[in-house]
Amino acid sequence: MRTHELRAEIEELYYDYAASLDELELERWPEFFLEDCWYKIISRENYERSLPLATMWCESKGMLKDRVVTIRQTQMFAPRTMRHVVSNTRIKSDGREGIQSEANYVVIQTMVDEESKIFNAGRYLDTLVRENGQLKFKSRICVYDTIMIPNSLIYPI
Amino acid sequence: MNNAVDIHTNGATRHWPSQGLTRIPYWVYQDPAIYELEQQRIFCGPGWSYVGFEAEIPNPGDFRRTHVGDKPVVVARHRDGSINVLVNRCAHRGVQFCRANFGNTNAFTCPYHQWTYDLKGNLTGVPFRRGVLGHGGMPSDFVPGEHNLHSLKVTTRNGVIFASFEHGMPSFEEYLGPKMLAYFDRVFDGRELSVLGYMRQRIPSNWKLMFENIKDPYHATLLHVFLVTFGLFRADQPSAVKMDASGRHGVLVSSKGEQKAGAGTAEMKAFRADFKLNDARLLDPVREFPGTETVAMLTLWPNLIVQQQSNTLATRQLVTRGPHAFDLIWTFFGYADDSPEMTRRRLRQANLMGPAGLVSIDDSEVMQLSQQGVVQDQNDCGVVELDGSSVGDADHMVTEAPVRAFYSYYREVMGL
Repeated sequence: MRTHELRAEIEELYYDYAASLDELELERWPEFFLEDCWYKIISRENYERSLPLATMWCESKGMLKDRVVTIRQTQMFAPRTMRHVVSNTRIKSDGREGIQSEANYVVIQTMVDEESKIFNAGRYLDTLVRENGQLKFKSRICVYDTIMIPNSLIYPI
Repeated sequence: MNNAVDIHTNGATRHWPSQGLTRIPYWVYQDPAIYELEQQRIFCGPGWSYVGFEAEIPNPGDFRRTHVGDKPVVVARHRDGSINVLVNRCAHRGVQFCRANFGNTNAFTCPYHQWTYDLKGNLTGVPFRRGVLGHGGMPSDFVPGEHNLHSLKVTTRNGVIFASFEHGMPSFEEYLGPKMLAYFDRVFDGRELSVLGYMRQRIPSNWKLMFENIKDPYHATLLHVFLVTFGLFRADQPSAVKMDASGRHGVLVSSKGEQKAGAGTAEMKAFRADFKLNDARLLDPVREFPGTETVAMLTLWPNLIVQQQSNTLATRQLVTRGPHAFDLIWTFFGYADDSPEMTRRRLRQANLMGPAGLVSIDDSEVMQLSQQGVVQDQNDCGVVELDGSSVGDADHMVTEAPVRAFYSYYREVMGL
């Protein structure tokens, strides 16, 4: 029963996280993380070969906020909408260091004048920690299969 | 190489605009006949194409798969230590036999009929060559040595590998010329390289727009709000553009300044003097190269950009995918003797670059918009008149001379 409740809580977190990106409520996005956190979007080829380079690399909540400010204020890009589909949630462990959980994701991108296309597919590797009763990301690593990115990766995944 | 040709597409003969190098006709970005001629004369012609680092294939049997132009090739290290660049196409029926980007093997075996090649491309095995139970097989005068893989001419300098379909190439050093070679050696100084990882993106624009972008300091001072805001690249900072004697290679160098309003920001609508990072570690560059320059972007004909912006180092390899797209393969690197702090700094600063780069997103997006614009009228042309019609070096950023120099050489090679 407890696992059942935990799963429901994690999935709620995942869906709310996805909604913040899909609805472009980007200022909400860093609030899903602890102050001291990791967020990376890394290609599967780098991840599997133990190469450290990530396509997006944030090592604090401050860097997440900086990413949001640059998207809002300094970057030039064509308008688009993103849609996240998150599934196959698996709780790997629940210990002193936090909860290790994983999920699959697909991000569909829709550009002006174009049909909707799968933009990025991969999996989330998460470490979750409870802060003031709320589950937060200690780290979220997005390992993407789509190693040839269709032009630009503007928004977080 | 200089023999002028008429290129006929849909009955049209191509003529460069009469204004010369201050105009770029839009058909160069989209005509399939031009693209085919580029493959023959540029990528399969007399140029040294970047194909990777020695550090990516350190051991005998190591290989990496890549491209020269749009031709798939395999870069392999033979057990005698030699580096071989082989066309990834079986001599039997044309199968692209290698599909893994990296690996280690004793031999390449085509999956279709198991023709087998050694790592120098020699055909070493043909199944049922003598027939089966006295039936069939290859004719008795079949000579395996006449059916090796096509191999390219290979050269290396300080750990970087280049290849050419043209076997009578001048040395790499002669090809770059002394000025460009000095900038190449500035980053590739002989220290052992350490690959940090890859980024790959498919950009829906003609490949030449990528070179134009890096050879165009004008845009960098206007489009890249992030660079300008943080003083990483601004029109009022000491900077220069330099070319080799032919115009085909170039470098754009500049020195970092402060985040303050000035002559370089007055005409930049989006400059933000009040923008402060929440986490300043994103930009904590340390000086590591000789001289005062903090950025050097080297463009080497026909397929390579060498990026040094602060402490983020990468090669950007162009792989053409028809007139309307190219793949940009970023190999980020440091040196084997880097401290853990320096490696971390390089990885952090990589946020500026690549398909999600705080700076380079502007470029990949604008190249797509360029392609969407130029395809609408191939008889129109772009205006490249900043700093007149010069094709020489300049000690400022308000110039399009490197773009004109590039097309000067391009027209010579293409006979246009």
